[in-house]
Amino acid sequence: MLSGAAAFEPSAVPRPAISLLPPAERRRCAPSVAWALAVAQEAVASAGLDAGALSVVFVSSDGDGDIVHRLCTALATPAAAVSPTDFHNSVHNAATGYWSIGAHSQAASTALCAYDGSFAAGLLEAACQIAIEKRPVLLMAVDLPYPPPLAPHRPVLHGLAVALVLEPGTGLEISLEGSEPTPPPIGDFQGNASAACLPLLAALARPGEALVRLPLAGRVLQVRKI
Amino acid sequence: MNPLAVSAYTATTALGRGKAAMLEALRRGRSGLKANDFDRAELRAWIGQVAGLEDAPIGGALAEFDCRNNRLAAVGLGQDGFKESVSKAKAKYGAQRIAVLLGTSTSGILRTELAYRQRDAQGNLPRDLHYRHAQNLFSITDFVRQALALEGPAMTISTACSSSAKVFASAARYIEAGIIDAAVVGGVDSLCLTTMHGFSSLQLVSDEPCRPFDAARKGMSIGEAAGFALVEKIGASSIALLGYGESSDAYHMSTPHPEGEGAFGAMQQALTRAGLAPGEIDYVNAHGTATPANDRAEDRALVRLFGKRVPVSSTKGFTGHTLGAAGIVEAIVCFLALEHGLLPATVNSSAIEPGLESMVLLENRAAPVRRALSNSFGFGGSNCSLVFGA
Repeated sequence: MLSGAAAFEPSAVPRPAISLLPPAERRRCAPSVAWALAVAQEAVASAGLDAGALSVVFVSSDGDGDIVHRLCTALATPAAAVSPTDFHNSVHNAATGYWSIGAHSQAASTALCAYDGSFAAGLLEAACQIAIEKRPVLLMAVDLPYPPPLAPHRPVLHGLAVALVLEPGTGLEISLEGSEPTPPPIGDFQGNASAACLPLLAALARPGEALVRLPLAGRVLQVRKI
Repeated sequence: MNPLAVSAYTATTALGRGKAAMLEALRRGRSGLKANDFDRAELRAWIGQVAGLEDAPIGGALAEFDCRNNRLAAVGLGQDGFKESVSKAKAKYGAQRIAVLLGTSTSGILRTELAYRQRDAQGNLPRDLHYRHAQNLFSITDFVRQALALEGPAMTISTACSSSAKVFASAARYIEAGIIDAAVVGGVDSLCLTTMHGFSSLQLVSDEPCRPFDAARKGMSIGEAAGFALVEKIGASSIALLGYGESSDAYHMSTPHPEGEGAFGAMQQALTRAGLAPGEIDYVNAHGTATPANDRAEDRALVRLFGKRVPVSSTKGFTGHTLGAAGIVEAIVCFLALEHGLLPATVNSSAIEPGLESMVLLENRAAPVRRALSNSFGFGGSNCSLVFGA
């Protein structure tokens, strides 16, 4: 699809089953975590690397909308009794926490947010970890539609989850240059910050050199594929 | 790693506005905690509240950012000549070469929590919710970036209670990689219902002022704070970040590894990056939340690495647990320890739990401090340790 060989036709997909997690964690984790881990597991398997050797960078343009909605609904009642599971799942680093448990990895992990610049922020963090600490990085990005009544305040049309395994010598060069982000190659992912990955994925899917520019909170992150 | 200069810093907590207020309270052993009177005050708890935020709305060009968390940030930025220090750095490096990396766990979610009480008959939220400029996790960083007119990379790090420790590690990497020359790092977290009722639902909140490491401890007291530091390759101050360590527990989402396995790894990494032996650390500011599980696990990790001879204290009895701001607040406690030779007491605690073997300070101690280590651990098993030197 990204190489231009097939058309983009969005369709509903069921929540993925996460074989990585023990049954209790599999049930407890939020949809955003399930999607993050599903794509991460696939990316790590195709990279053929040991999961424990990867430090992890998670990005999303905000927390899980369903959890925020349930917590705020509960807090608006007189008893204000929230679900303890919802609360511990509400941390922005829930996906990296569940990943570390599932992958038995004590490696460093982080969780970032830069609103519409979230994907580029994650890529910048991953690139600096690779450059300075000389270790491979698993980058995961997830944004899902918000439930009503939050949806009108943060409209996200389609969900998107992506994971990349980046190693020293990956063949990507980043710099803070340029002014206009590259337009998305496919589909209407309006409001989905993680969809900022699509120009990069399209460049990776097609042969040859490429240059893409991703939005980063008032700046632009330029990625050159060599 | 190459040391990173800390050329300016400021903290606003329940102890007061600015670093002098914090130093004075630490010297006097005066806790900033009070009985919970926040919002509807349903919970029997003690809180570390910053006074006066209710009367300090954000106006002018950034008015749409108005929420408790950004008000706290605005108050914090106004202390200790911090803005002036940033202006000097801007003149030196240019606005595009200074990043803004801030930690928070809940940003401005209080505004959304209160808005849920005002839903109309159809369940719609009020139109003036300003989701992006209040609740969103990036709101705090976007606000500070615009308030300081900085144009370098900006992002929020949100890894629960290790958030504003990890900002130092990212800043060190970005500067070393040559992406930026300096960074405003720190964190802001403010009182809200999600954390107060959330930690309470896990039975982690004490109904009395928190007593870290004490045999009778019953859990944490939640606080709020804004803390900022300006870091650069070479700075005017003698304080420097010497090392950082980051690890995961890989154990449980809300309970630490019982032997402090991840905590040990983070501390060891920080010492290795600093090129220091455990015996060269003069003071440890523990995460020390006063929950039974945290303090026990942290003690195991501390004893395994340092033995029983390094002075340790938790300052959460002074400020409360400021969550996403705890990393920067306690880094600043370490800066004050380095500058003033003050090892603060674990205030509110009087009898250490038998079996805990670290040298936990129950009284202030005056001694030269050349190297200090600060621990910050969060839900999801996210650990970060920082080593600072003077």
